[in-house]
Amino acid sequence: MAKRIDVNNLNAFYGKFLAVEGVSLSIEPKSVTALIGPSGCGKSTFIRTINRMHEVIPGARVEGEVLMDGIDLYGTNVDPVAVRRHVGMVFQRPNPFPTMTIAENVLAGIRLNNRRLPKDQAEEIVEGTLRAANLWDEVKDRLERPGSSLSGGQQQRLCIARAIAVKPDVILMDEPCSALDPISTLAIEDLMAELKENYTIVIVTHNMQQAARVSDRTAFFNIAGAGKPGKLVEMNATSVIFSAPAEKATEDYISGRFG
Amino acid sequence: MSTATEERAPEQAFAGPRRDILNRGFAGLSRGAAITILVTLALVATFLVKEALPALTANPSDLADQVDWLKDEPGRSLWPVIASLVFGTVIIASLALAIAAPVSYGIALFISHYAPRRMAAGLGYVIDLLAAIPSVIYGLWGAFIFIPAILPALEWIERSFNWLPFLRGRVIATETTMVNGQEVVTQVFSVGTGRVALSAGIVLAIMILPIITAVTREVFLQTPVLHEEAALALGATRWEMIRMAVIPFGKPGMIGATMLGLGRALGETMAVFMILSPWSIPRFSVSVLEPSAHNTIAANIALKFPEANSMGVSALIAMGLALFVITLAVNMLARWIISRRSEFSGAN
Ligand SMILES: Nc1ncnc2c1ncn2[C@@H]1O[C@H](COP(=O)(O)OP(=O)(O)O)[C@@H](O)[C@H]1O
Ligand SMILES: [Mg+2]
Repeated sequence: MAKRIDVNNLNAFYGKFLAVEGVSLSIEPKSVTALIGPSGCGKSTFIRTINRMHEVIPGARVEGEVLMDGIDLYGTNVDPVAVRRHVGMVFQRPNPFPTMTIAENVLAGIRLNNRRLPKDQAEEIVEGTLRAANLWDEVKDRLERPGSSLSGGQQQRLCIARAIAVKPDVILMDEPCSALDPISTLAIEDLMAELKENYTIVIVTHNMQQAARVSDRTAFFNIAGAGKPGKLVEMNATSVIFSAPAEKATEDYISGRFG
Repeated sequence: MSTATEERAPEQAFAGPRRDILNRGFAGLSRGAAITILVTLALVATFLVKEALPALTANPSDLADQVDWLKDEPGRSLWPVIASLVFGTVIIASLALAIAAPVSYGIALFISHYAPRRMAAGLGYVIDLLAAIPSVIYGLWGAFIFIPAILPALEWIERSFNWLPFLRGRVIATETTMVNGQEVVTQVFSVGTGRVALSAGIVLAIMILPIITAVTREVFLQTPVLHEEAALALGATRWEMIRMAVIPFGKPGMIGATMLGLGRALGETMAVFMILSPWSIPRFSVSVLEPSAHNTIAANIALKFPEANSMGVSALIAMGLALFVITLAVNMLARWIISRRSEFSGAN
């Protein structure tokens, strides 16, 4: 079930280094929200705070609130492991488990909760999920082959399948197409358009056209200079951000006049 | 700038004589190294076979006359002795491995994925130090400190579990008692001074633990962060992440490390020698608590070699050949296990 996310006054640290400062924004359910901004402005750092993956890095910590349908994911009684079961993630580089088959990769998350999945049920889930990820037709004859035997674009769709197999509420994607060719990129953009019917999607992208094509709302992050924290500059409907941004920095960035 | 490249002949533009020489030189060097290993292996095998042949082909009674440790053997034949030593070697090395491998994996995982950084560094250092202790020291420690210390425990295990054939001591007496007017014969078992296969296995386990730990730790540290994060992002706990990403990825390395440990256990001479004091003739005892019942090939060679005549040396080399074959077989088995799933190794 898609859920909304409200971020209040979020700071993200790597040790003493403040990488992202004072971010407050809202992410609507059943929509695609794009995060754009120059390299190093903290897009990856920010998106990883939403599923509590940020704190996996030694020394990294977060201040502030991330509310999912009103519940603070950083509340005292919240288990980060449980958060990550509700907020799935797709990474920049496709990372299917090389030691698992294609089918096992799809089932990896489900098997964590449910060791003894009956075979027919498992097959059903594999097929349904791979269809949802627009990958079924390409891999249905080689489900027992290693995940690493696929092309980059197929691997990334396999990773999306792996993420949606556990039926998360939110899917985070950190530059999911930056390692892919244009055709694979299109396949994934199409997939996002389908997935937003059921999921809340947040995507980091370097590609302005992609943000314009796939997202409903866009947040622009910027950084004042090296060693300074990244901040949210503005967030609005994607059409507004790309036609009439409120801030000069946003306009400079989207028109390529970024210095 | 375009004219400069156009003027040059294509062959010239792409020629790279210096790099080519280095390239070929290095290829030759590494090929040479690989061939050297194969040649060494072949030379060792040839040597073993050649030197063992006199004993293997000799008439059994001639052989027994010439080799004094065969004189008192009931069968006066070499083969049963070799077989019993192979048996003892396999039992003791397997015990060592069965104890050391899981413990090593656990320590390696703790160091690589659980311990705080400073503690991990300290622990790793201690483990490496353990690897540097010579085996004589382990042997002395085992014989004079460790075995006396665990003797009560061995005796307790024997008393509690001697209904299991493989945890039974040696029969030292029989007692006859009258129960309801019937004579009942009970056997009295003993683990002696504790110089049993299990003790040797434990000390060997401690000896091979550092090498297995050190290698598996390195392997576990190599797990790509990419795959660890993939598991965590699916909602895996740390242990689930280890089961999903770290162990499958490290499996070939774990097997390799275990083989290194097994190699050391199979070939270990001094420690086994000092712990088992193997003067008595080994037997095919399945009990790891039976004293003076087992010996290993390596320890036996060390024991008999100084006083052996030429036929005796040949007989001992025949045992060495058996050890060589075991080692080779175990390594080939390991290779096969690794290659079976090489597609899934993550190496591509
Ligand atoms: N693991 C890390 N440890 C320390 N600093 C980091 C780490 N990852 C990123 N940073 C720093 O945090 C800032 C934001 O990085 P990142 O979130 O990766 O930016 P983006 O994804 O927008 O390119 C950068 O200054 C970067 O150097
Ligand atoms: Mg990034």
